Amino acid sequence: MPTSEDYESQVPAWCPGCGNFQILSTLKQALVELGIEPWEVLLVSGIGQSGKLPHYMKCHTFNGLHGRTLPVATAAKLANHSLHVIAVAGDGDCYGEGGNHFLHTIRKNPNITLLVHDNQIYGLTKGQASPTTARGTHTKIQPYGVPSEPLNPLAMAISLDCSFVARGFAGDREHLKELMKAAITHNGFSLLDILQPCVTFNKVNTFKWYRDRVYKLEDNYDPYNRVKAFERSLEWGDKIPNGIFYKNDKETLEEMVPTIHKEPLVRQKFSIEDVKHEIEKFY
Amino acid sequence: MSRIRGGHNFYQIRFSDLEVSASRDMVDILLALDLNTIEIHKKSVRDDGIILYDSRTIKKKFEGPEFIDVPFKKIALDIGKSSIMANTVAIGAVLGLLDLGLDTLTEILKSTFKKKGEEVIEKNVACAEAGYNYVISNCPRCETVKIREPEEKKLLLIDGLQAIGMGALISGCKFYSAYPMTPSTGILNYLASKAEEYGLVVEQAEDEIAAINMAIGASFAGVRAMTGSSGGGFALMGEGLSLAGITETPIVIAEVQRPGPATGLPTRTEQADLLFILYAGHGEFPRVIFEPGTPKQAFYLTNRAFELAEKYQIPVFIQSDQYLGDSEWTFENFDFEHLIYNDYRLREKDLEEVEEYKRYKYSDTGISLLAVPGESGKHLVVADSDEHDEEGHIIEDAETRIKMVRKRLQKKLPLIKSEIEAPLLYGDPSPEIVLMGHGSTYGVIKEMVDILSKDRKIAMMHFSQVYPLPERDRFDYIELLENAKLAISIENNATGQFAKLIRAETGFEFTHQILKFDGRPFTIENLKEEVDAYL
Repeated sequence: MPTSEDYESQVPAWCPGCGNFQILSTLKQALVELGIEPWEVLLVSGIGQSGKLPHYMKCHTFNGLHGRTLPVATAAKLANHSLHVIAVAGDGDCYGEGGNHFLHTIRKNPNITLLVHDNQIYGLTKGQASPTTARGTHTKIQPYGVPSEPLNPLAMAISLDCSFVARGFAGDREHLKELMKAAITHNGFSLLDILQPCVTFNKVNTFKWYRDRVYKLEDNYDPYNRVKAFERSLEWGDKIPNGIFYKNDKETLEEMVPTIHKEPLVRQKFSIEDVKHEIEKFY
Repeated sequence: MSRIRGGHNFYQIRFSDLEVSASRDMVDILLALDLNTIEIHKKSVRDDGIILYDSRTIKKKFEGPEFIDVPFKKIALDIGKSSIMANTVAIGAVLGLLDLGLDTLTEILKSTFKKKGEEVIEKNVACAEAGYNYVISNCPRCETVKIREPEEKKLLLIDGLQAIGMGALISGCKFYSAYPMTPSTGILNYLASKAEEYGLVVEQAEDEIAAINMAIGASFAGVRAMTGSSGGGFALMGEGLSLAGITETPIVIAEVQRPGPATGLPTRTEQADLLFILYAGHGEFPRVIFEPGTPKQAFYLTNRAFELAEKYQIPVFIQSDQYLGDSEWTFENFDFEHLIYNDYRLREKDLEEVEEYKRYKYSDTGISLLAVPGESGKHLVVADSDEHDEEGHIIEDAETRIKMVRKRLQKKLPLIKSEIEAPLLYGDPSPEIVLMGHGSTYGVIKEMVDILSKDRKIAMMHFSQVYPLPERDRFDYIELLENAKLAISIENNATGQFAKLIRAETGFEFTHQILKFDGRPFTIENLKEEVDAYL
């Protein structure tokens, strides 16, 4: 069985007090509790403070480009579906730069997990508005207030019939861990949006701000009711619900590709001899 | 053109008992199925040529010795009971004109209409015969057209895109991701049709950015991967190309050119993306560009592209254009002896022998071991788009940066360069006149040399491996150019991009260039006119 030490790596270069620390330690704990070994995990990340996370964990890592996490993760899963593929992204990374990939990966439904470190701000580039920043927020770039409506990732995912839609809070590690475990074990594309305070650039959505507002979806809440899930996903303000909003146990992308039904693509043997006769079809 | 149905479309077939490798402007037989075709192409019919048409269908009667009026539609209705078979009547008429017999056409009709049943096949065969016989009994001039009985020889018929697709398949490509874009879509179509039988995953990406990132993701995970597009789509791949560069992830990219800028002429041809793909992607990293001259070269070079991509862990381009991509050529055979398949990746047992695995470990060649993630409990594979250390983790320090650039770029480059083959010299071995080209101009330049070599010391110098330029120790092609009295660079673009590359890399400057940028390929007639002007 793996232990937390197996996942230990470099010391993170995040601001002291950053919500990312909780996400990192919770993810390690979730993987340990699921009995998943580091060499069975592929973490794919983009660019942003979240993108550094794989460097602070021991596992297979592809730290790619800003916004391009999901195409890499999807293809890696298609090439080797025996790996646990977890994409780690930020709100700007995934909902802004990579918006098109977010939308279409939900449609494709590969059996991968997407963890979005949603701090409602651009941390790496020092404090500009992100797609989830509240309208009217003042930043250096938007001195008159952010003019755009914030993107609601949960409502968007539910509208696309995403296979698994959840939200957690970096300040509630126990709950977050359970959500991570549910997301990782879910068979299909799972989105876990994580409310993560940015202690340096976001002076509004602080740990306290969240603690005063977040609550868990009720025990008898039915995540298979899409309309209800959509309704709950719109709740934001004085009360912010967390938990598994929506589930749909539909066929995954890998299950739709007959080529990889017998064994992962990466294990399939190749020899020129097997293909040679294809040329006959051109005679 | 991009009209899917209706409008004007044409197809040119050239055949000979000698090898043919280019298109002509002038045709011997024009088969016109509508009035538009006659109006547009009449000027391309040779003085002793023939125009086959149906005056009742187009409601116009043409006088003149070149016109042969064949009632395609009436015969189709009388014999086949359907006007849709007028095309079959017309093909029969062409074969009648050439007195080539109907055996082959009958076989083709049988296989084409196999699913439609016996009745449809019989009617089509009868229509072809009727067209054939009509021309024989109603064309007094046809005696003069008869051609020599062809040899009984089975040839393979393949276009450039199918050849790239087949080349990928036989190189063990397991993953192809692309966004549809003319004229590159043929590769996507070919590989998708083979996916289930040969164990490929073919993924239609949401955009070209995703397409290249998917190819990189699949390659990182351990399979040979490829993507493809045309210029506009590839423009979106620049960032991904650079990612393949720094992460040292092997990928093959097909870039099938059409005239730009922007949407340009979507269904026409040009060679104007060479310098674009040469310089695409931010930062400095090694790459290889191949540009085949025939479908056969496309097949071998795609195989070679995979070999070099995997061996050196770099992006390799197979660049082509609409003309070569969509042109069907015949060949006696493809030789499989020259194909290469070396699996350079470390899998399962290979990994047991490695004590400490570092994805970017420094080495004399700059090549680090490429392990497949998830194959061993001992080794982790870490790749990073940031500058990184040997393990693959982010760094900032200058010393590691310098070492990594040396490893990834400077150590690999000379090794890659030594693998590039010399240009092909065709014609006189010490020529006074050299016609230089690259990629799809191969055929037309070759025929030009055939035509002009009777009374001149002339040769073609053709590059199909265009970057890096080959070393000069095995064949000093620059010396040969310098010794020639006349060296002409021939390119299907407006700025002479390959000539610029030669000058930048070797200092040799072409003082004579023939450039064509009307969206059409060179034909024998128009190239000859241009070359003649220099002679």
